[in-house]
Amino acid sequence: MKLSILYFARLRDAIGRSGEDLEVPAAVATVGDLRAWLAQRGAPWSSAFAEARAVRAAVDKSMAADATRLREGAEVAFFPPVTGG
Amino acid sequence: MVRIQHERFDVGAELAALHGQNPAVGALAIFVGVARDINEGREVLQMTLEHYPGMTERALEDIVAQARKRWNIIDALIVHRVGTIAPCDPIVLVAVSGVHRHEAFDACRFLIDYLKTDAPFWKKESTPQGSHWVEARASDEVARAIWQRSDPHASRS
Repeated sequence: MKLSILYFARLRDAIGRSGEDLEVPAAVATVGDLRAWLAQRGAPWSSAFAEARAVRAAVDKSMAADATRLREGAEVAFFPPVTGG
Repeated sequence: MVRIQHERFDVGAELAALHGQNPAVGALAIFVGVARDINEGREVLQMTLEHYPGMTERALEDIVAQARKRWNIIDALIVHRVGTIAPCDPIVLVAVSGVHRHEAFDACRFLIDYLKTDAPFWKKESTPQGSHWVEARASDEVARAIWQRSDPHASRS
């Protein structure tokens, strides 16, 4: 499955890029699966995703939970808890 | 209406536009978030606000739609700045027009409480010791949770 991944704020700094287009295995079906799959790629993803609670996710620009299912071509964003206002 | 912009905003002009010379409006409630020169005991020289274009607008529109469901308001406006912001500069404006004050006040507070936890903005502070990303506050989650527990119709006046 092809996915477009985006990283924001502290996560972008930690990973060293603002995004990447990836082809992930079919077993990666949910946001939680993707998180785990990215982390097992090693540094810098392993440390950036180490604290699961400190990384939020959005799929196609809507807040997503670990159980949220992914679809072909989805835009998946990872970022720290928001601090606007 | 929601707007993301780099430029400063003029609260008076924004309020006049929200009012729109509509004689049904009896109350205008506003919240303005302003940049401070100190946070968590550290001096702040300036901050940089980043957001997720596209998702931010959608998240704010959704928050406004939720407020409209809960309260009988006439209109709502959220203006949020991004980019470099200096102490004393306004960061965000939330304004609500209504027939009476209770709906306007409650909806305004609801909007800023939800914005704090649901809209994808991130602050980076520059201090004399260097720059760092601002940590989210647990108290913001608590403020949002209070609205979820409260009766959606309890605030109707």
